Amino acid sequence: MVPAVRGQKLTKKFGKLVAVDHIDFVVGKGECVGFLGPNGAGKTTTIRMVCCYTPITEGEVKVFGLDVKTNPRDVKAKLGICPQEDNLDPDFTVLKNLLVFARYFNVSSDVAKQRAEELLEFVQLKDKAREDIRNLSGGMKRRLILARSLINNPELLVLDEPTTGLDPQARQLIWQRLRQLKREGVSVLLTTHYMEEATQLCDRVILMDHGKILLQGVPKELIAKEIGKEVVELWNFDSETLQAIKDRHWTYEELEGRLYIYDRGGDEVSKEISKLFPNLERLSRPATLEDVFLARAGRSLKE
Amino acid sequence: MSWVTPLFNISWRSIKVWQRDAEVLWATWFLNLLPPLLEPILYVLAFGFGIGSLIHEVHYLGKEFSYLSFMAPGVVSVAIMFWAFFETTYSSFVRMYYQKTFDAILATPLLVEDVIAGEWLWGASKAVMASGIMLVMLSLFGLVNWPEGLWVVAISIVGGLLFSAIGLITTALCPRIEMFNLPIFLVIFPMFLFSGTFFPINVLPTLAEKVAYLLPLTHISFLVRGACLSTWPSFWILNVSYLVVTTLIASWLALVLMKRRLVK
Repeated sequence: MVPAVRGQKLTKKFGKLVAVDHIDFVVGKGECVGFLGPNGAGKTTTIRMVCCYTPITEGEVKVFGLDVKTNPRDVKAKLGICPQEDNLDPDFTVLKNLLVFARYFNVSSDVAKQRAEELLEFVQLKDKAREDIRNLSGGMKRRLILARSLINNPELLVLDEPTTGLDPQARQLIWQRLRQLKREGVSVLLTTHYMEEATQLCDRVILMDHGKILLQGVPKELIAKEIGKEVVELWNFDSETLQAIKDRHWTYEELEGRLYIYDRGGDEVSKEISKLFPNLERLSRPATLEDVFLARAGRSLKE
Repeated sequence: MSWVTPLFNISWRSIKVWQRDAEVLWATWFLNLLPPLLEPILYVLAFGFGIGSLIHEVHYLGKEFSYLSFMAPGVVSVAIMFWAFFETTYSSFVRMYYQKTFDAILATPLLVEDVIAGEWLWGASKAVMASGIMLVMLSLFGLVNWPEGLWVVAISIVGGLLFSAIGLITTALCPRIEMFNLPIFLVIFPMFLFSGTFFPINVLPTLAEKVAYLLPLTHISFLVRGACLSTWPSFWILNVSYLVVTTLIASWLALVLMKRRLVK
């Protein structure tokens, strides 16, 4: 079966800077794949190449078997794109934004009207149809951008940080809608900084850093493989504690006076520490994708 | 980037960009209609009754005209330049940079070349509309010879496309919107004054007159004046050739340079 997206040796250079460095990846039909990574990792550049926004330096991307280099119009006809930034048309109302967009896809105006109304309902903006774009909140704008990206019934939805800066309610609504679209068979490719978002939505995640893919897989499996079940965080520890941890050959990381000890088994680390140092403050919690990410890409801040 | 392929990437879809811009204008049509309606009246008052009372006649191509009738076609010529140029500089820049309208459109089957071509056509359309309205207003004062005045429409199409392209080149080369001041002050404003718009260029010193012949607006004002006053220069074919050739070159440059700016 032809996958929704297949990138092979995909590379993007801006002068000397290699933003994306020979990456291979696949988004299966009906699959939701998330690109994770710090700012500057190459996530956005990758999806910009998939969306025909930026020319490919080397390698290739095929979307439903179509080469983005030679068939950009056909590729874009199958895509729904939600950009990172708000690029709604401030010269038009909410409804008109959808209608004008439909025209770019050659959707007849009768079909567009009906579809626009359905979509406004879908993103809960029906009562805002005649509203000026400038009067919408950040969350409403995001929802409208999502609606706009669906106007052509896309087979693949590409979202660049779909919920960055949104309040929890707005985020939940977007997630819920994306799950619904996935159930309807739409393939999804997204980038996010939020590990929770990736865990909630993605069948598979791809961790990127410095233009390369660090690792990829199913979120739960990645957590189990890279970290284990639990993470114990310690602060206010002394050298004696650290030595005890080293003696037991536990995997840990130290950052800014905080220890992160990875527990493969379950709660053994936690139990043993409470036995050894009963008075030591600690936090035991389930391992998350964030730990995988931080363990692999480093906990220090990247600019 | 190739210098030729962008030409082949333009499609009929660019009309959808034109349509978008036209619909925005239509939403506030009354406000947009006022300047071309009122401007000619102000010009007639200022130049007809003001300066016109000081200057009795103007010798132009062997004929004599009142200052007002000489100057009226100049007003139309300037409108062709201003309406196209300002549309594809300030307005296009706002759409491109601040509103991200082009980015949004590129998420659809349109290519960047379609967007550029659509903006180019739209800039020219504004010049045609504005100069057309002004022509009608001026003819109410008996300042246009019909039906020869209809040639102004054809001239405004070519002139509009030319200045729309020059505007896009400016937009492609100016990193920030404030920088438009420079080409406006150095190129557009001198052209406004010295292109045979408000006085015949043969009164200029010889060198200045020669320089004036290099300016595109000079050729537009010769032709517009020819149509409005039924007084065509003997070298009108050169005016037309100049305009057609510069329009082709400028439009192609606009396409290539705008693409270079938009595609990173």
